[in-house]
Amino acid sequence: MIDFALPRYQVRRDAEECVGCGICVRECANGVHVARSGGTAPKADHQKCVNCLRCVLTCPTRALTITRWPQVDGGSAVWTLEYLQDIATQATSGGVLLSSMGNPLPYPVYWDHLLLNASQVTNPSIDPLREPMETRVFLGGRPVALEIDERARTLRSPLPPQVKLDVPIMFSAMSFGSVSLNTQRALAMAACELGTLFNVGEGGLHRDLERYADHAVVQVASGRFGVDPRYLNAGAMVEIKIGQGAKPGIGGHLPGEKITAEVSRTRMIPEGADAISPAPHHDIYSIEDLRQLVFSLKEATRYEKPVAVKIAAVHNAAAIASGMARAGAEVIVVDGFRGGTGAAPKRIRDNVGVPVELALAAIDQRLRDEGIRSTVSVVASGSIRSSADVVRAIALGADAVSCGSAPLIALGCHQCGDCARGRCNWGIATQRPELIERLDPDEGAERVVNLVRAWTHEIQEMMGGMGINAVDSLRGNRLMLRGVGLTDRELDILGVKHAGE
Amino acid sequence: MQEVSFDATRVGGAPFGRGCGARQRSALGRAGCDRLCGAPIEARLREGAVRIPSGCAIAAIMDRSGARHDGSDIVKAIELMHDRSNGLGGGFAAYGIYPAYQELYAFHVMYESRDARAEVEAYLDTYFMCEKQERIPTEPVASIKNPPDLWRYFVAPHTMRLNMSGVDEAEYVMRHVVRINKNVDGAFVASSGKDMGAFKGVGYPEDIGAFYRLDEYRAWAWTAHGRFPTNTPGWWGGAHPFTLLNWSVVHNGEVSSYDANRRYVEQFGYSCELQTDTEVITYLFDLLCRRGGLSPEMAAHIMTAPSWDAIDRMPAEDAAFETALRTVYASALVNGPFSVILGSEEGILAINDRLKLRALMAGEKGSMVYLASEQAAIEAVCPDAENIRPIEGGEPFVVQLDEVARRQDDHGVWSSPRHAPLAHETGVLPRREEGRGL
Amino acid sequence: MQVNDSRALVGTASAASAANKQEGAQSCPSGFAPAERVTLGALHFKEANEQVRQALDRVDDVALEDVRAQRYLGCALPAGKRLRIHGTPGNDLACFMDGGTVEVLGNAQDQVGNTMNAGEVIVHGRCGDAAGYAMRGGRVFIRDGCGWRAGIHMKAYDARQPVVVVGKDAGSFLGEYMAGGVFVVLGETGDYLARGMHGGVIYLKNPPRAGALSDEVVLSRVDDADLAVLAPLLAEYDRLFASELGYRVSAEAPEFFRVTPASSRPYASMYVR
Repeated sequence: MIDFALPRYQVRRDAEECVGCGICVRECANGVHVARSGGTAPKADHQKCVNCLRCVLTCPTRALTITRWPQVDGGSAVWTLEYLQDIATQATSGGVLLSSMGNPLPYPVYWDHLLLNASQVTNPSIDPLREPMETRVFLGGRPVALEIDERARTLRSPLPPQVKLDVPIMFSAMSFGSVSLNTQRALAMAACELGTLFNVGEGGLHRDLERYADHAVVQVASGRFGVDPRYLNAGAMVEIKIGQGAKPGIGGHLPGEKITAEVSRTRMIPEGADAISPAPHHDIYSIEDLRQLVFSLKEATRYEKPVAVKIAAVHNAAAIASGMARAGAEVIVVDGFRGGTGAAPKRIRDNVGVPVELALAAIDQRLRDEGIRSTVSVVASGSIRSSADVVRAIALGADAVSCGSAPLIALGCHQCGDCARGRCNWGIATQRPELIERLDPDEGAERVVNLVRAWTHEIQEMMGGMGINAVDSLRGNRLMLRGVGLTDRELDILGVKHAGE
Repeated sequence: MQEVSFDATRVGGAPFGRGCGARQRSALGRAGCDRLCGAPIEARLREGAVRIPSGCAIAAIMDRSGARHDGSDIVKAIELMHDRSNGLGGGFAAYGIYPAYQELYAFHVMYESRDARAEVEAYLDTYFMCEKQERIPTEPVASIKNPPDLWRYFVAPHTMRLNMSGVDEAEYVMRHVVRINKNVDGAFVASSGKDMGAFKGVGYPEDIGAFYRLDEYRAWAWTAHGRFPTNTPGWWGGAHPFTLLNWSVVHNGEVSSYDANRRYVEQFGYSCELQTDTEVITYLFDLLCRRGGLSPEMAAHIMTAPSWDAIDRMPAEDAAFETALRTVYASALVNGPFSVILGSEEGILAINDRLKLRALMAGEKGSMVYLASEQAAIEAVCPDAENIRPIEGGEPFVVQLDEVARRQDDHGVWSSPRHAPLAHETGVLPRREEGRGL
Repeated sequence: MQVNDSRALVGTASAASAANKQEGAQSCPSGFAPAERVTLGALHFKEANEQVRQALDRVDDVALEDVRAQRYLGCALPAGKRLRIHGTPGNDLACFMDGGTVEVLGNAQDQVGNTMNAGEVIVHGRCGDAAGYAMRGGRVFIRDGCGWRAGIHMKAYDARQPVVVVGKDAGSFLGEYMAGGVFVVLGETGDYLARGMHGGVIYLKNPPRAGALSDEVVLSRVDDADLAVLAPLLAEYDRLFASELGYRVSAEAPEFFRVTPASSRPYASMYVR
């Protein structure tokens, strides 16, 4: 039987530039580059290339370029080469197509249809370099009104637990197992430096990261990996993971080969066995059960930690979020379908869920319609690509955002989408020691800090331009947004006017 | 009293309330518009249909002793700042003007048609008991064109309906006022408090003052507003002050946090029909004070919260308190340039934004307190005013009636948070504190 | 259900021997000395748990009276602390329990021992759905039956081997995704038994219902190695409940069936790239 599989990429080597040093051979864990004897240029096995750019960027003579495989399909807009290849793969294996990262298809990116405002004449823009420009936010549940003693300037009733973010940008949940410990360590160090939170994901808190636990969100997913009272009490906030934008409605599956001794210890599961997260939490079959889990976590943490609940952005997200708030969730995290993942079935990733922009707008408005928006915090994630996306998300109604892909890109990720295979050449989505050590956590943390500091400065510039000096006044301030190229219905859902209005 | 020559049947065109929309003509709008520019008025929107940035002048005069003075000084003060408005809106609020009816809600209502008046009067008949109704006396002024038909009613809630409503009296009155403004085309309740009233319209404030014959009213507190809307013909209902129950607000500046504040208060049942800063600031005060039990000073403090830098420098207990306020009331922070004078039955309160992007001056003489966007406006009516100083950014400036300050002192224990302490418990000026404000 | 109130709470081996020594002490159950009694009645769970915690701060053994469905009793209960519950505890009994002992003189509701780390739960009655969900250590003894999805996602780690023993019938989906530990059923089991099981072992007194097993798992008779695990558990069950039930089960250990996963990687070949 002929193998129908075509390479996706072609590795092009400039024969004049290549000095046959063999660095590409050593750098590629996928075995693309095959050394040849006699100091001649290595040969490439195109089929194995995932376009992670490791060889391209480490080649000392810049001799390498990756291009798309030049094969054309039949010209049909329907039966594209990708569908032909997918069918061939499944016909050969009978397997479910696995993919990584978020939905890559050209669905509308609403961020790119929302333009920001700036002050002219009627109110002044503010210069963030010389005037205060506040980006601090707190996440947690709140009463609608405070009972205070005005004379003593004290609270009559205590405020529920809050977590402080100096910047409204957190790092998304990425478990140890799906990413390397060095990745988590870099994010943890960056979070501490920036005064924000990283999220350990559903794989437990590695003992080496306990020193950063003040800045950790500890996640409780359906598999309950690594969850015990010590873990729950270690973090700054507890997050119940109901779903993830990249794969709404399905569970997780960390293959046994990634369950190394360290992963095993951190997840508290046997080495080498698959770590399967059930699709649902089997103690949550209904909204009142969510309340039960929220309060079991509150009991286990003596009501000292805010409890967040993360859902994938799905069709009925607004009503669900309202139910979550009523079930006791203090922070509602909504993750759009472009949010990244280490592994998701391709058909789920590409076809299930909705853009976070629409879900966020609908959730914020619904919570306001119900009069409970002020009692919870809302966090949006799933394709926050720049500081402008952060500003848009906050203006649509988010208290803060979570970013996963962007900090990973800062660490070296090139979005090749091959995380699931565990051979990440950048030392991120892998448990192989020789690959992990390529990622220096100190250097990585510095790059992530640089990124977020740069974004923060840009956010301050944009806020200042709007004449706003606290992120509180940007939150839900949809007058600061105008749509371009959107239908009335889309504008209506986003709650923004069209540009020119 | 003399009635202004006014033919209500001639007043047609656009209704006041929501839905008046861009497409309908406004007789009032036409008047203002044609005078100022030649563009066809069909293209124009007015408050409620669109958000209009405005600049302004504001002023206030109050006698802490409770003695009442006529409106000539406040008109003089605001007139001095003529160039800060553009003839598209002026208005006044006055406290203590209806002592004979001080237990009744005084509704000042503007009508654009007879039908609207009939509808509102039938509505008032249903939900209120009306002690007295009359046209508001006015004086023809050359520059004031096509005023609406202006009436006032002294009413009490219909007892049985109030009891059945399940809400308190203030909430009952507020809801009906909002309903009239929202639903009755061509009618607008300009004010609805007790022993107070708003007098406002399209024109320069000094002309509006003459039109309403303010020298015939005596009040212990006056506030004034001269408006500079950017583009649209101001309309009578959209002029300032904006009022709600006993609150009145005059405001100068443009609030950059408008939509964040609007969407915050709308959670709690307010409906920002006019889309003006003044309206949303009024609702914030109402939400935080009348409903939330805070003092106006605390509400103003929340709206102009200290910076995180300042909070971080505070002792831990104070920092925790301020952090809780900023956390719970994050969306009540008002951002951008503004100076505001709030009137209430207790006195007046002035606040500048925390970056102090607007000017507002205060001066005193005996029991008199003066506030104005410009110092000269104070000196115009009180040449020997003392202690003239600017209102600092983010520091509420509270002036209470002596009687109110005494009453609050006498309570000793500040049992109810509503009557909890103001920074200056004597009714004078706020004490300065280190580390407050930006 | 009638419960012998004076019967010993025997959470651990040492407690068990203490129990034997003090047999017959009616007013002071052996091994369990409830220095405090807390009556929960209609208290909300938050207040109830706070009162229980305060009592446990003062003494090690606390008896709870008139319990009416308060959730989370024994939540994160540490080693050395014991609760004896009269009435019906609410859902999530002994959730995240970390070494303590909880004995229920009556029935328990759903999610007994949810994400339990260590310790022991003894229920003199039946329990609801999803008992032992995500349990990673400790032991749960249920005198009677249990609801659906018991033992779901139980997992073993290191020296920790979670154990659930159910004395009568268990509902369907028993041991779904089970990744470790030991689950013993003395009655009948339902459909979809051990779906997705990839670790641990299930011991059944009766053969599974026809068609209940998929080929992800292997059914066999117990062998000597199994008996070394099973027999002490049955003996413990007898010791806890025989006097109430009027029969013993230990002798039947060699007749048991064993269900084990065919692979620790059931979905290893499910996905392709």
